[in-house]
Amino acid sequence: MKPPLSTIGAMPTSLSDPAPVIAQVPAGSATHCPYCALQCGMYVTDGQITPREDIPANAGGLCQKGWTAAELLSSPERLTTPLLHGRPAGWDEALGFVADRIGAVRAEHGPDGVAVFGGGGLTNEKAYQLGKFARVALRTSQIDYNGRFCMSSAAAAANRAFGMDRGLPFPITDIDRADAVLLAGVNVAETMPPFVRHLSEMRAGGGRLIVVDPRLTQTARRADLHLQVTPGTDLALALGLLHIAVADGHADLGYLESRTTGFEAVRTSVSAWWPERVERVTGVPVALMREAVRILGEASRAMVLTGRGAEQHAKGTDTVTAFVNLALALGLPGREGSGYGCVTGQGNGQGGREHGQKADQLPGYRKIDDPAAREHVAAVWGVDPADLPGPGRSAYELLDSLGTPGGPKALLLFGSNPLVSAPRAGHVAERLAGLDLLVVSDFVLSETAAMADVVLPTTQWAEEAGTMTNLEGRVLLRRRAAEPPEGVRTDLEILRGLADRMGCGERFPTDPRTVFDELRAASAGGVADYSGITYERIAAETGVFWPCPATGAGEEPHPGTPRPFLDRFPTPDGRARMIAVEHRPPAEDVDEEFPVYLTSGRVLAHYQSGAQTRRIRPLTQAAPELFVELHPELAERLGVAPGDMVRVRGRRGAAEGVARVNDAIRPDTVFMPFHWEGVNRLTNPALDPVSRMPEFKVCAVAVERLAGEEGVA
Amino acid sequence: MRLVVVGNGMAGARLVSEVRARDKDVRITVFGAETWQPYNRVLLSNVLAGTSTPEQVRLLEPRWYADHNVTARLGVEVVAIDRDSGAVIAADGTREPYDVLVLATGSEPVVPPIPGVERATAFRTLDDCDRIRAAAESAAASEARAVVVGGGLLGIEAARGLAGRGVPVTLLHLAGHLMERQLDEEAGLILRETLRDLGVDIRTGVTVSAVREREVELSTGEALPADLVVMACGVRPVVGLARDAGLEVGRGVVVDDELRTDDPAIFAIGECAEHAGQVYGLVAPAWEQAAIVADLVTGTDKHARYRGSRLVTRLKARSVELAAMGETHLTEDEAEIVRFSHRHKGTYRKLVIRGDRLVGAILLGETAAVGTLTQLFDRGGPLPYDRAGLLFPGAGGAAVADSPMRMPDAARVCQCNNVTKGQIRACWESGARDVEAVAAATRATTGCGGCRDAVEGIVGWLCEQEGVSA
Repeated sequence: MKPPLSTIGAMPTSLSDPAPVIAQVPAGSATHCPYCALQCGMYVTDGQITPREDIPANAGGLCQKGWTAAELLSSPERLTTPLLHGRPAGWDEALGFVADRIGAVRAEHGPDGVAVFGGGGLTNEKAYQLGKFARVALRTSQIDYNGRFCMSSAAAAANRAFGMDRGLPFPITDIDRADAVLLAGVNVAETMPPFVRHLSEMRAGGGRLIVVDPRLTQTARRADLHLQVTPGTDLALALGLLHIAVADGHADLGYLESRTTGFEAVRTSVSAWWPERVERVTGVPVALMREAVRILGEASRAMVLTGRGAEQHAKGTDTVTAFVNLALALGLPGREGSGYGCVTGQGNGQGGREHGQKADQLPGYRKIDDPAAREHVAAVWGVDPADLPGPGRSAYELLDSLGTPGGPKALLLFGSNPLVSAPRAGHVAERLAGLDLLVVSDFVLSETAAMADVVLPTTQWAEEAGTMTNLEGRVLLRRRAAEPPEGVRTDLEILRGLADRMGCGERFPTDPRTVFDELRAASAGGVADYSGITYERIAAETGVFWPCPATGAGEEPHPGTPRPFLDRFPTPDGRARMIAVEHRPPAEDVDEEFPVYLTSGRVLAHYQSGAQTRRIRPLTQAAPELFVELHPELAERLGVAPGDMVRVRGRRGAAEGVARVNDAIRPDTVFMPFHWEGVNRLTNPALDPVSRMPEFKVCAVAVERLAGEEGVA
Repeated sequence: MRLVVVGNGMAGARLVSEVRARDKDVRITVFGAETWQPYNRVLLSNVLAGTSTPEQVRLLEPRWYADHNVTARLGVEVVAIDRDSGAVIAADGTREPYDVLVLATGSEPVVPPIPGVERATAFRTLDDCDRIRAAAESAAASEARAVVVGGGLLGIEAARGLAGRGVPVTLLHLAGHLMERQLDEEAGLILRETLRDLGVDIRTGVTVSAVREREVELSTGEALPADLVVMACGVRPVVGLARDAGLEVGRGVVVDDELRTDDPAIFAIGECAEHAGQVYGLVAPAWEQAAIVADLVTGTDKHARYRGSRLVTRLKARSVELAAMGETHLTEDEAEIVRFSHRHKGTYRKLVIRGDRLVGAILLGETAAVGTLTQLFDRGGPLPYDRAGLLFPGAGGAAVADSPMRMPDAARVCQCNNVTKGQIRACWESGARDVEAVAAATRATTGCGGCRDAVEGIVGWLCEQEGVSA
């Protein structure tokens, strides 16, 4: 069966030519990079990529991932036919099989016997449709997504402080004009290199950069001040910085009085975190903490930004809350040119967490247990609110329950590779193997897809249209720029194919624009209100910031909201809420048996589980293999030379990698990137009580040199 | 269960909140002799120095007790323990029955028996702090002088605080050098010079014989003008209640690894407790002890045991960075000593190593090593062979070969696009003569843009070379 033509192709081409710059650019589709949340603008022309100048996030820059993104379009590893138990099959057979098996599982175990797992790389349309498919077609509560492993802690903290979670509540170009920026656990020089242009611009204007990271990362190397914190102690550091800010008179008392609640209790709580105590816990010298606070306190425009390093902990929500409290004490959020922000990770990490693929959520950033939200969304979907399921399990809890008594027996997986990216991955592999049915939609045979009963080959990035919401909360248009290969279908078509076989196909349109229009209606009135955003507006304005409610006929359209907190915070009383939080040690601390911290992260050449980037030659040349970064002192003690194979062993598993010896890392810590299978066999699935974020960033390990594996370096 | 806590200082207040965090139901009554809400005594010197406000040192909000269903009897002293019936008796005559009693009575200042000592102010409570601040303010206005007696941690912090407020201050110390328990002689000397430069006049090896109206008399007969006298001669555990109740008392109330006294229903924690012959005067051990007692009495962790604490002393005085930990007095015969001294700069660093473990250290003057060394001491982890590297972190790193000439061809110039110097050279050799041309061919500089200068440098250098050879 031939995939139906996308109607997006008929979109007027003038829309893809945003005014003046376009003239010099070769004809092609103005779109965005397939990878991270910066969503760099690019043109794709016959498989060639050119950066766009008109998108402020990258302003003409691209990293190697972006430049080489098109290579996957013609990759020989591309899946072009469904696989049924490993053998090629027709779409009818594959979808028929899946629908039958789903029917059987539901008959035996009820609707919650079938689970859905999504991803933060899916377009808004797909994320929305996936949530709707789960609740309306499958009627399961069991849906969550890998964004739980990314931004959930920052999202939870921002929601409770500001009443809204929008990564950066200001345009990224505000950073250019700041006097000081503190990055907590953010390594943009590797994860989203063109972001660094904004930091460089800031520094060129005299602004100062402070980086909190256990490693002297490429980002930290550009900083004026590097606070090399012990893994798992960012929360203590934030409490200490706030303590100093108050003691040294940097608290903005007028702002605290007029725009916040809860300062008294927070001030009291940080009384127990005097700098010398924090130094002992974090390893960061008091003098550096004071200097950091002085830089932030004296700046007239300052920002505090957090990333995964601070957030991926079993106390990630409280850690972010502590940094938010610091920003609030300094009077930053809601002041033009200043603020707190989360540097979102995945391509559509922002939009992906707004429209209903999260266990506890409905479109528009609505809560699934809010009766008014259920009523609104049910009306858009044409169903009875009572028929909508309630909240389901969070991502790790969902994976952990698969195939267990009381857990789902079937899983439909879109845009994710949990076998590589979930914590305690060895256990996750066992759980996946325990399923009656695993269905994976992907365009390459990822590690997880290789385990699946059914693999459905899908279109990728440049072969389909849709919207993405970048780290600024700016909704962007991804245009179709290449013909998909024969035989693949879009995720929307796959969901339609399944829905058809379940008797509700008409509820699941396959045209992205139609889906987006429905999303707009479903999000109307919600926190993340997209109702005033259209494809045409995005094209004409190179992106629209939500919230952007629809306006009545004859009224001026809503301009979108670049800086949502300037007048008030979207809380009931309009004030930001300061919440006292306490530091606690990592869920698993070092001891005699496992004396070294393991922290995980990213390298420039790869994205997420590497399913895409490990199939692109220039990227694998740049970063060919899993490595273990360790300090010369630790290497010396273990007898490890650069290039040796080392084994890193913990309570949940072990992984091997090539030793990289450098003093950019603390002597008590090793680092491994998670783009290859390995490090997540070791990581700790201890969950944050609020966000259900696993503790990816710290666990205890032992490191040893593998005998007989002499290094070549 | 009825839990009664005597003492609402840093140990007692901590215990109460730790217990409540573990158990919502246990009935808790806490007695505090001071009428203040519990506050962070560690920060008193900051209050004195004016770098913290009294509000900022509060450990619990006033409404915390009501919110957490804890009965707080502040300003009420406990005068006796009736162990037979299991109750404490308060000064107002009331009896409070207990199933578990925790003594957290803390310590009191040592007041030397010298004539006129009542004219001096102790430095122990927020009230003391208020008195000293008030006196300092009038003293600063009238160019009066202050004398601090006692050159230990607290005395130095008080003297530094007063000097910072513009009060001329003399610090008198009995021993031959400052902080003699934590510091060796040379460190004491350098600390003295650092403080002198901050306006604190220091006299060591002196004994005060009397405190008179507006002066302090030394045993030599010399009289020093003193409008304000602060006594910081150390503290002693408050053990009267325990002793009267017949509990075993040494220097402090003797406790075992469960922090239980010889009466199993009674625990003691903090500065009033003596564990394994040791009485701790710092807050970190008290808080560790509070957590363990909370684990035990709530049944959260029946196996929780206290094994003693490693002591890190960190002076809190503006412009004086001092950390001292562990056994700093061991000699070369007893341990491996690594030392660096730069008196002129106010720098002194000393490591005391035994069995490849850091057992003591002194760090005077600002240093990036303090965090790392404190953690090495706390964890007792093995040390690197390069001891000097511990004292001078970052100094051992290889110099970055960043000049275009010295850079090897394999060096990665553009991280974002994985472009080496060799590739840029090759690009130049095939005709690219400026950054834009190199960028177009290699994509160098098109990511974060941070390597633009480096690429410019390489291209410029290659062009220069061409000029030279042409």
